Amino acid sequence: MKALRIRVSSNNIIILATLLLLVLLYGAGSMMYTGFFSMQVFLNLFIDNAYLIIVATGMAFVIITGGIDLSVASVVALISMVSASLLEQGMNAYVVMSISLLVGIAFGAGQGYLIHRFQLHPWIVTLAGMFLGRGIAYLIGTESIVVKNETYTKISSYKINLFGGGFISISVVIALLFVILAILVGRYTGFGRAVYALGGSERSSVLMGLSVGNTTIAVYTLSGFCSALGGIVFTFYMLSGNSLHLMGMEMDAIAACVIGGILLTGGFGYLIGPMFGVLCTGIIQTIIIFQGTLSSWWTKIVIGFLLFLFMALQRLIVMRKEKGGNATQITRKIAKNNVKM
Amino acid sequence: MSTKILLQLEGVSKEFPGVKALSGVDLCLRKGEIHALMGENGAGKSTLIKVMTGVYKRDSGVMKLNGKEIQPKSPLEAQQLGISTVYQEVNLCPNLSVAENIFIGRQPRKWGMIDWETMNRRSEELLARLDLYIDVKQQLSMYSVAIQQMVAIARAVDISSGILILDEPTSSLDTNEVKQLFSLMKKLREEGMGILFVTHFLDQVYEVTDRITVLRNGTLVGEYKTEELSRTQLVSHMIGREWNPDELSGEKSNKTASAEQFLRANGLSKKGSINPFDLTIRKGEVLGLAGLLGSGRTEIARLIFGIDKSDSGVLELGEEKIAAMSPQKAIKYGFGFCPEDRKVEGIVGELTIRENIILALQAKNGLFSYIQTKKQKEIAQEYIELLKVKTPGTEQRIDNLSGGNQQKVILARWLATQPRLLILDEPTRGIDVGSKTEIRKLIFNLAASGISILIISAELEELVNCCDRIVVLRDRVQIGEIAGSDMNENRIMQMIAEGAGVYGKSGVIGA
Repeated sequence: MKALRIRVSSNNIIILATLLLLVLLYGAGSMMYTGFFSMQVFLNLFIDNAYLIIVATGMAFVIITGGIDLSVASVVALISMVSASLLEQGMNAYVVMSISLLVGIAFGAGQGYLIHRFQLHPWIVTLAGMFLGRGIAYLIGTESIVVKNETYTKISSYKINLFGGGFISISVVIALLFVILAILVGRYTGFGRAVYALGGSERSSVLMGLSVGNTTIAVYTLSGFCSALGGIVFTFYMLSGNSLHLMGMEMDAIAACVIGGILLTGGFGYLIGPMFGVLCTGIIQTIIIFQGTLSSWWTKIVIGFLLFLFMALQRLIVMRKEKGGNATQITRKIAKNNVKM
Repeated sequence: MSTKILLQLEGVSKEFPGVKALSGVDLCLRKGEIHALMGENGAGKSTLIKVMTGVYKRDSGVMKLNGKEIQPKSPLEAQQLGISTVYQEVNLCPNLSVAENIFIGRQPRKWGMIDWETMNRRSEELLARLDLYIDVKQQLSMYSVAIQQMVAIARAVDISSGILILDEPTSSLDTNEVKQLFSLMKKLREEGMGILFVTHFLDQVYEVTDRITVLRNGTLVGEYKTEELSRTQLVSHMIGREWNPDELSGEKSNKTASAEQFLRANGLSKKGSINPFDLTIRKGEVLGLAGLLGSGRTEIARLIFGIDKSDSGVLELGEEKIAAMSPQKAIKYGFGFCPEDRKVEGIVGELTIRENIILALQAKNGLFSYIQTKKQKEIAQEYIELLKVKTPGTEQRIDNLSGGNQQKVILARWLATQPRLLILDEPTRGIDVGSKTEIRKLIFNLAASGISILIISAELEELVNCCDRIVVLRDRVQIGEIAGSDMNENRIMQMIAEGAGVYGKSGVIGA
């Protein structure tokens, strides 16, 4: 029974708010449009956004340390270009995937090393990484390259049928497994806890004997890896490489983190949050598609408002927490006095 | 029987370029004792602790742990050797749970994964040993600073193997919290830990410690048993002047300050920084603030100038009553403030002497009333001559000047605003003797011209020489005031040591 009772606290209130928002949005969509309330519409949210779920979860690690990674969208585009052009030359699909992941890891590790070694601000380093990634993608080719590789097309079109008639793609399985793995890493490994500690206080982390340097490099490497994995999944989805893919997607990933309750100042947030954030924006998009007459820019407008709302909510919680801390202190003292009397 | 020596330092020296921070210091920490490390600012306490915890490498000397020589190279290595330190500010992560803060970096594992249940259970056990019963799953930030500090100690105790260094752990705690901490320290002592306790508060030293080691100017003054060392002796050891009750009062001539009141502080206070105090400064008077480091000297100045916001009390300036002071207002009312650390808070090193002098005047006039460069040069030149600043011209960069001359430029900055009150925090620290005398002369002249001056100094001799009246502080409480022939170093030292002021305010002293 105890496990079933969910305690609302300042820690999980944002994630609960996001869940509530998800239900409300989905409910509203189902009321308004026929055919909205179907298994497949829901599952499509995952199919269309599998890559974003992976990238946003990687981003969440970075944000929890108090950093940011602006290069993710460029790396996804770069990976789509690299895979498409390598596949075009007839390379084995699995070798291409391995190379893609290595490129992402190297890219992220490089950024992490610069940030740690030269004490540079992550904004600056990853901004440079953003231009660099996009630039290399252009260098490989400015035209779109269609992926005709058999393995890729097979993976892309493979449908995993679920009970109830819906289906999901292999990408969704990869994304969900990745989210589960991320949650476990965040909660049950030394690295995961060091990420949270670093976001809480870098100075304290050093004095408590944690390796701040390694954690910083590792977290950007992880984000690079996620971008590469996201890039592979995205290539499955699009079956093409294009250097113009996903301009500005890094902001979508950050937005998903914020809506999912990852505090931008670092130290707080659940790693399942970014997935909920992605689903939220996905539902808004779907509603606007069902509506039919609204321009797709309305998605951006709604997300803009949502971000404001969630930022304000985060701030309120932090402010209440500051007050709350004092309150517990006072009640403790009162309690003690009672005992004495 | 607890005379077993845990940690022994012999002849430890440490030199930084140009400064001998420690020379031949001995320290002996025994099993089951609380050992105070005392000394004024710059005595070498922090350097010694940093040598012990592996932040600095000692130049010479021996450091023995349980009889074996050790040479820790980093705080982590010192921790592994069993020497753990709790610093002044809580060095934990506020966003993590209490249990996690105790165990981070060394969490118990089960199949390679962190075992939260064991971690929470062991944290509870550990805290229970320290008589602290709290929810260890809660975030650390939910608890008061005192509890956080105790969690830090719990972590340190669990890591350490018998040696605990507490570096000013009480400076951000209130009286009740200090009591809690002390009972914890006493408990640990009974368990046989050796605790090195650094503090500025005399009362705390006499409340919990067994022995005292006093440092001064990087050298060892001596190790004493707390019960055998009187407070007066301790203070004179720290300040470095022999206590001599027969010494005659100074040859200070009685100046006549005008009776006109300029500023009155009525019950001004700020929690955790200074207890309520009353101050009156008359026109053309030099008022001194005396006390040991951390006694609240600088805090008073910061409250009067409005850098810190007061919790209670008002400032009365003639007819006007000001509850919320701010530096901007202060400058408008004609206050000037030369801060303690002129390198950090005073000079702008990259700017010229002229620009440094003009700063406050520009701020007073408002950003949009530009002072012409020619006019600026005239003003700068005028004060350079008046204060005898040794410089080739007004366009020199200020960081090329010597400390004494920099100090004069800061004085000039405030004089240019035609102030009515000047607050000088340690105006002569770190400058050579010649410049010191000049600046003191200047203070006399300024007071004679009708400017009120509030001066803070660690050098009692300086205060006695310069001031018309001296307010004595101790442990953040105003304990008394002396003036006229009463004013001499011995009297001040006695007041600081005994805590009893001429107005009998000793009842207020906490902890």
